[in-house]
Amino acid sequence: MTYKGKFRVWRGDAEGGDLQDYEVEVNEGEVVLDVIHRLQATQTPDLAVRWNCKAGKCGSCSAEINGKPKLMCMCRMNTFAEDEVVTVTPMRTFPVLRDLVTDVSFNYTKAREVPAFTPPADLKPGEYRMQQVDVERSQEFRKCIECFLCQDTCHVIRDHEENKESFSGPRFLMRIAELDMHPLDAADRQKAAQEEHGLGFCNITKCCTEVCPEHIKITDNALIPMKERVADRKYDPIVWLGNKIRRRA
Amino acid sequence: MAIGVNSPGRAQIGQKTLRTDRWWLAPLRIGVILAFFVVYATVRIFMNKWYWVDAHHYLTPLYSPCVTASCVPGSSHLGTWFGEFPRVIPFSIITFAVLAGFRGTCYYYRKAGYRSLFFAPSACAVPEPHKSYTGERKFPLVALNLHRYFFYGALIFGVLNVYDGVLAFHGEDGGFGIGLGTVIIWINLVFLWLYTLSCHACRHIVGGRLKNFSKHPLRYRYWTFVSKLNPKHGTFAMISLFTVILTDFYIMALSAGWLSDLRLFN
Repeated sequence: MTYKGKFRVWRGDAEGGDLQDYEVEVNEGEVVLDVIHRLQATQTPDLAVRWNCKAGKCGSCSAEINGKPKLMCMCRMNTFAEDEVVTVTPMRTFPVLRDLVTDVSFNYTKAREVPAFTPPADLKPGEYRMQQVDVERSQEFRKCIECFLCQDTCHVIRDHEENKESFSGPRFLMRIAELDMHPLDAADRQKAAQEEHGLGFCNITKCCTEVCPEHIKITDNALIPMKERVADRKYDPIVWLGNKIRRRA
Repeated sequence: MAIGVNSPGRAQIGQKTLRTDRWWLAPLRIGVILAFFVVYATVRIFMNKWYWVDAHHYLTPLYSPCVTASCVPGSSHLGTWFGEFPRVIPFSIITFAVLAGFRGTCYYYRKAGYRSLFFAPSACAVPEPHKSYTGERKFPLVALNLHRYFFYGALIFGVLNVYDGVLAFHGEDGGFGIGLGTVIIWINLVFLWLYTLSCHACRHIVGGRLKNFSKHPLRYRYWTFVSKLNPKHGTFAMISLFTVILTDFYIMALSAGWLSDLRLFN
């Protein structure tokens, strides 16, 4: 079943741009990225689009389709009516380079700010031993493909450019949770999460979880547990008193 | 200077959102429900009447425990802890403070409230109207971190509600009996407990705060149990909201004489 799909694609760069209308052939079983490739091959050879695996595993083709942050390779065309206009724009939280390609270097800067896995000082490589039951919480977060859709949809930085300096975003707060829950990580992640990476900005509206193509429960399994761990340290006088007594004893 | 999604350097698209679905429907629906509950609960706690059905020992959860000298005879089954309250102070004020505090600081209701009442944001990828945003880092929102204390309070009130539920098996002749009120009270109890036990603070306290589950097998089992309930926390939150209203309304209707209880046994 083939039809002419109506597409509106944002074309432009940091200087400006606009939504341009196209009619492109759509075949059964295709995804939005297939149609964007056909558009590039038949009508707009200079259309810039970032992609790689076409299988939802590389996290390259992040964009906004009808206003929703999605991977173009995982958005099936049969989810739209044949006469529906499909609007494709670049992610709106990051600076645009050209057309559908954005500069996501904000995320790499934030990634570098999270200290790497820190084993206890007396453990040498090769001596790490841990049980599956202790690492499986962290393993959920290892499914992340770094598509940065969660970063794109998070209103803390999407709607407030000024917060980018003090907020690392759900992807990197999840990375901190992954390390904090790791049985052999010895670094103090909780203080850093609150004071350096802006965990307190998160108001747990769960948009990061909604858009995650890997279906990671970012809010319930990473951000809220981290908030509770921070509450242990900073906002719970009973835990504070208990720790004080235990240290004295 | 343009802000938000139209900040300099970002794609200048013009429209604030390009979403074509009915993204406004869910926050509107939840907002109406929350507003209704707030108005209903406020009216009910200031009524100071129609909370006890003496014939069947039904006590509404909004007034449990009733521990002031102002309570009607029979309803103070845990004793009288306080003297008479002035008319303007609801004598269920402590119950209300703990239960409203538990729901108000709950992670699910925070999400619902931020989306529906504060538009921060109303829906994903829909711009919020606020010019600045500081999240939960400053007073008063930083106080939401005290959720765990309200959870402890809700546990105590949950146990008291179970006691009320046991007393609600009171027959017409004074012995054992079951009425529609008993059934409604116990349905409410089930959902209240599911809501309380699926709480994120509960999940953290029973085991989530541990680094090594393998050293604490019992707490790991608790954590696994709560983790199974936790994904449905929002569902339990909304169902229990309705069951509380239903229970309270039914007992109010019996107490006021608008209805008579449908007796199933004695």
